[in-house]
Amino acid sequence: MSEDERGERDERDERAGEVGEGPGVAEHGAVATAEMAAGGRGEQSLTEDHRRREESITLSSEPAGAGETHELLTLNIGPHHPATHGVLRLIATLEGEVVRDIKPIIGYVHTGIEKTAEDKAYWKAIPVVERMDYLSYYFNAMAFCGAVETLLDLEVPPRAQYLRVIHLELNRIMSHLVWLGTSALDLGAVSMFWYCFRERETVLDLFEMSSGQRMHTRYIQVGGVMEDIPHGFEERLRKFLNNMPTRADQYADLLEKNQIVLERLRGTGIVDRETLLALGVTGPLLRAAGEPWDLRKAHPYSGYEKFDFKIPVGTVGDNYDRYRVRHAEFYESVKIIEQALDGMPEGPHITPDRKVALPPRHELATSMEALIHHFKLVTEGFRVPPGEAYYPIESPRGELGCFVRADGSAKPARVHMRDPSFVNLQALAPMVRNGYIADLIATLAMLDPILGGIDR
Amino acid sequence: MPDATGLELIAQEIRNEDAETVLDTEFHRGRAVLVINPARVKSVLAFLQNSGFTALMSVHGVDYYPHEPRLGVLYEMLDRKEVDRISVKARLHTDDPRIDSVTELFPGVEFPEREVYDMFGVVFEGHPDLRRILMPEDYEGHPQRRDFPVGGEPVLFTYNEEQNYGKYV
Repeated sequence: MSEDERGERDERDERAGEVGEGPGVAEHGAVATAEMAAGGRGEQSLTEDHRRREESITLSSEPAGAGETHELLTLNIGPHHPATHGVLRLIATLEGEVVRDIKPIIGYVHTGIEKTAEDKAYWKAIPVVERMDYLSYYFNAMAFCGAVETLLDLEVPPRAQYLRVIHLELNRIMSHLVWLGTSALDLGAVSMFWYCFRERETVLDLFEMSSGQRMHTRYIQVGGVMEDIPHGFEERLRKFLNNMPTRADQYADLLEKNQIVLERLRGTGIVDRETLLALGVTGPLLRAAGEPWDLRKAHPYSGYEKFDFKIPVGTVGDNYDRYRVRHAEFYESVKIIEQALDGMPEGPHITPDRKVALPPRHELATSMEALIHHFKLVTEGFRVPPGEAYYPIESPRGELGCFVRADGSAKPARVHMRDPSFVNLQALAPMVRNGYIADLIATLAMLDPILGGIDR
Repeated sequence: MPDATGLELIAQEIRNEDAETVLDTEFHRGRAVLVINPARVKSVLAFLQNSGFTALMSVHGVDYYPHEPRLGVLYEMLDRKEVDRISVKARLHTDDPRIDSVTELFPGVEFPEREVYDMFGVVFEGHPDLRRILMPEDYEGHPQRRDFPVGGEPVLFTYNEEQNYGKYV
């Protein structure tokens, strides 16, 4: 090595030192060059050798992020960008390729659903409320109906509770499938998308069978569910439940033996448990950091205390843990549905209280009273005594709470959703700060924000 | 949820420190609510935070029209150890509604407080970044108030771009 070369390398090492906290490309490059020059290859695997050669390549004379002036670049991402999982706009402050700060800007799909709901009778508000978080419509309806049932002091029949649990958990699987497919797509694994959407299709077919709709089903009603499950539903559901664990195994095989996926997920976007708790983050993100907080266990609703299931938790709190926690929830949801199917009690699927639920169709032909109830419910709706209720449930993304204020009329005076995506989005900045912009995309995918829920 | 007696005990404990803090308590359908003096919101939430309610899960804005004071800010506190919830309610008048921000105690209420500001016009003093969050920055009015009309939003086209965009006409 000539004198000149050595001088050049020293200079580069100094620059790399300046980068400091940012992941140093230059540092790696310099070290690799030095070692290769010394001829010390030693024993190493094929990939390590590949990495070493890859890192020794310097594309520009100026290492990334180590300019003399430390110039900051403000980059606008979105709102229309496929990697933002909706209409999310991000203002990123970059130093080279390192994200120094990020500000999410939301509100692009604000449709005033909470305001619209104030103008609808309670049972007509369910369809609009369902459209908030468009991947977990059963959960939105459940939170809203739960709050109204609390205000009415209404008991839900056991069979309705079981039917709700079955559909909620199917919805959780469906939501996680969409998350897994689109996240893998962001990481470059296109085939995962098709596999996940194949299973999602099966779930949507089941939804169609029980409610007539694939999405925004309006299946959950105040006092129970719309209809009992039809003949043949259980058989098809069991077939799906038999398949699903194998499919989930296949996803794991595809992703967890893929080095690109592993390297992009492991050790990126780490935020510790205390920060997440302070930011009010809930759901798989919090569980991935090691906090076993799940409302289904902590504060059971709709009969969840009767089922035997585990809460998957992570240890590190990086993107890999977030992936693992949601992936493990596939198996737990399947277990819950199986138990619900096995132990399904007989009885009505909706409360027999005629003041709240529509009378069965056949009664209309014979009973004048049923006809009056039907007429009153369809025209005015039921009245709810004045009061306030907050009903939190565990949605696929965390605590979904519905606040309802009733003023004694047939329309809610205020409906407010505590949407988990809205609160969780605040954790994006601590997750991506001082990491690469490529990791920002992976972290955003693992955050799983649903903009319909954020903006409402 | 603390039962009705537990709620009174908590209220009494807070009153012992400062008699003018808790104005009223409500207990309805198992939901415990402390109605507080809006000027003391920080001290009440700090007290609850120290007595186990370590998480502030949600902030709701409510318009109690036609009752006065019209606006309400509700805080949903959660005790993760005892799995217990308590709500804190502060009522504000519509003319110059101001309340202290609790972002120092709970950094996670930054977005929810901005939402209440956006939708109801409640100013959270000491909030690090109090801007509109869901509505456009140049929007006039606070749409979740009960006297804000539904519909009639003018759409911006070339022929009406000179008109005041975002204002209800």
